[in-house]
Amino acid sequence: MTESVVLEMRGICKYFPGVRALENVDFTLREGEIHALMGENGAGKSTLIKVLTGVYPKDGGEIKLAGQPVHIKSPQDAQNEGIATVYQEITLCPNLTVAENMYIGRTRGAFTNWKRMNADADSILEELGIPARAKDQLGNCSIAVQQMVAIARAVDMDCKVLILDEPTSSLDEQEVQKLFKLMRDLKEKGVGIIFVTHFLEQVYEVCDRITVLRDGALVGEYIIEDLPRVQLVSKMLGKDFDDMAEIKSDSDAEKVDYNGTPVYQAINLTGTTGIKPFNFEIHKGEVNGFTGLLGSGRSESVRAIFGADRVAGGKVMINGEKVKINKPLDAMKHGISYLPEDRKNDGIVGDLSVRDNIILALQVMKGFFRPFTKAQAEAFADEYIELLNIKTASADTPIKSLSGGNQQKVILARWLLADPVYLILDEPTRGIDVGTKVEIQKLVLKLAAEGKSVTFISSEIDEMIRTCSRLVVMRDGKVVGELKGDDLNQNKIMATIAGGES
Amino acid sequence: MSNNQKAISSGNSVKGFLSKVVHNQLFIPIAALLLLVVFNAFADILLHSDTSFFKIVLEPSSTGNMVLSGNLITIIDNASELALLAIGMTLVTSASGGQDISVGATIAIAGSTILRIVKGYSSDISDGKFAGVIICAFLLAIVVSALFGAFNGALVAYFKIQPMVATLILFTAGRSIAAWINNNDNISINDSRFGYFGNFIPGIPVPTPVFITVICLIVIALVLKFTNLRLYSQAVGINASSSRLNGINPKTIKLLSFIILGICVAVCGFIKVSRTSSITYAVIANNIEMDAILAVALGGNNLGGGKFNMTASVLGAYVIQFLTTTLFRMKVSSSAISAYKAIVVILLIIMSSPFIRKWLADMKNKRLAAKAEARVGKENA
Repeated sequence: MTESVVLEMRGICKYFPGVRALENVDFTLREGEIHALMGENGAGKSTLIKVLTGVYPKDGGEIKLAGQPVHIKSPQDAQNEGIATVYQEITLCPNLTVAENMYIGRTRGAFTNWKRMNADADSILEELGIPARAKDQLGNCSIAVQQMVAIARAVDMDCKVLILDEPTSSLDEQEVQKLFKLMRDLKEKGVGIIFVTHFLEQVYEVCDRITVLRDGALVGEYIIEDLPRVQLVSKMLGKDFDDMAEIKSDSDAEKVDYNGTPVYQAINLTGTTGIKPFNFEIHKGEVNGFTGLLGSGRSESVRAIFGADRVAGGKVMINGEKVKINKPLDAMKHGISYLPEDRKNDGIVGDLSVRDNIILALQVMKGFFRPFTKAQAEAFADEYIELLNIKTASADTPIKSLSGGNQQKVILARWLLADPVYLILDEPTRGIDVGTKVEIQKLVLKLAAEGKSVTFISSEIDEMIRTCSRLVVMRDGKVVGELKGDDLNQNKIMATIAGGES
Repeated sequence: MSNNQKAISSGNSVKGFLSKVVHNQLFIPIAALLLLVVFNAFADILLHSDTSFFKIVLEPSSTGNMVLSGNLITIIDNASELALLAIGMTLVTSASGGQDISVGATIAIAGSTILRIVKGYSSDISDGKFAGVIICAFLLAIVVSALFGAFNGALVAYFKIQPMVATLILFTAGRSIAAWINNNDNISINDSRFGYFGNFIPGIPVPTPVFITVICLIVIALVLKFTNLRLYSQAVGINASSSRLNGINPKTIKLLSFIILGICVAVCGFIKVSRTSSITYAVIANNIEMDAILAVALGGNNLGGGKFNMTASVLGAYVIQFLTTTLFRMKVSSSAISAYKAIVVILLIIMSSPFIRKWLADMKNKRLAAKAEARVGKENA
């Protein structure tokens, strides 16, 4: 405990209309440590970060940097004080180049030496092993690369405090390892790192210390060796927790009749987004998964099934009957629901209320000239808010003011309300807390038990093994294997993803 | 959590009610209307004017009808075009996140179309036949105007051109097209029956545009109630990509909003040409697009699209006309009116700006934080 303290936050308070986001929260960061900030959805992690970085003005409390009280009024202030942040959602400008994004807001004087800026950017990108060039337009890079550019930007800013808010949620295993190496290097140099994540394994892999928040209040600060995983989870949830193990116990894949007519069948389905034509079928009551590295085409495949991107060819059969699915509405009318990967851009309608977000899909299916009455809409919303235990001040609250996990539950509610026969969930557990992840996985198995077919996609192979009874493995836009039964284990999956004989 | 929420939402109920009123989107336009009423009432007293601003009398008009007249009637009458445009402009703003600046020019086109049809008939045709001519002319104007709306809408929805740029085309060309429709002739209709729609119908003391506006407001209210126009436009305006994945076709909705605005424009054009029974291509409905956009903004609607409140927009239109009439009453010269209007508008817009609202919310949160600190202090003691 002799390390010097770089950052001290005392008695931080922050309120939103009707919600206590933070109340009397303390946080201490020491030089050269990686400090995990843990908590459920809405525990106040992101709010604390945003207060620290000047995005939200704090309503009470004080912040000290290296013992000196500071007043941080804007992200610019935070930057000047040596606090660099990489947010969960990409906050860079997609219409600028990679280099411009790395240097925006921190060039000196009125003139910019573009040539040098690009050269500097290129050398940093190379040093960090990021597969992008300085002059690439950021919007054309994959989400993972965009995230890494954000980190590169933060790293280059010679910071004392580096905040990583869910940086790994869109990165695959290799990229995560690259990031961890980077974090350890920075730690050696004495940078204090605040690491916000939902991945427990990652916390135990890199962190030195953990601070736990719950419902906007501080639970405690612990040294990592003193806090076993189970205890951490129980502290985050405020209750004992052994749900993880029991998830699959009551489901059995044996019930699925693989010889019957598939609920959904695609033959040589061809997309326009760089995936090869593929065959796919799913049976009643089955949970299957698409897996593969980021960019392997797993999301593109399910988007093609839903008609989210233009479909170029192939045959689609629903319950043995040939149908045409050219746009999302066609798929919806045939009982297919799709929860998209990118919640912020493709899922939520931010300013609309939780209620409108819940009824949206069913309302569209019902038709333009047949709106639900207010009472009907309210009944639907209340039913699903209770069913999925959505934490919101009311059904009238705009969805954007909910925490990530609760937003995801609202989108889930939307598609459950549409009562699909085939539900596609693309990364439904990304960027949300452990408790909700378990809830969602249980829900998937319950739906399957009720006879619905579900496609479940997740970056966490653990989750896929627990939930799915069959896995479609993809590599470079191509289906390279299908695993079920005893083959559904970590090693076999990894080997198939990686390719080659094993 | 729940305890805390209660602590926050409690406080005395009168205060709660007041804050609810203040945060309602209708607050700004209604408050502005009340302010104008109070101002004029004071002016009545201070200026010792023998006729009150609010006085409404029944007196014979130039054509010998007994009609209502007075400032309030003038306001309600003259605001008709603006209120109609506010309806369409609100929808366009919501769905496309931009504004149509060509409405003034398209009014000229619609008006010119109507005159082109009506001018061919001499004034001695029977009432029944005349009604047929008017209906034909009006329907044609609606079709023409809706087509021009669709043109704007297609540029915005399918070619992804920013609304202001897309509508700049008709803004520039519209009045020329209007003149071309009638070979640039100065047309005036001698049949007094043509003027009924912009003025008074014999035997009815209320100006006809008021009725037309009320009918249109009822129609749009019914449309909003019995279709999903509100939900779809808002969803498309807020997040088009997400709307598409929910089965909405954002392009169709954007196009539809421009077509609806086109129909509103046709009705305005009809009222405008009927008021004077003539048209001046370069002047008719000049600068009305700015007032229409202003009405939407005064209603507290986000000009960047998304959520909207139709009632607030329409009230905004009446605020603008009330303000104009008040300035005339104060003997402000017509060339200076714009400047005065601008000052009032700036004040109103600042009052309803996110910055001021956020500032008020922050003040409230600071108080709560102080309370929480005090509570913890007590617990520790």
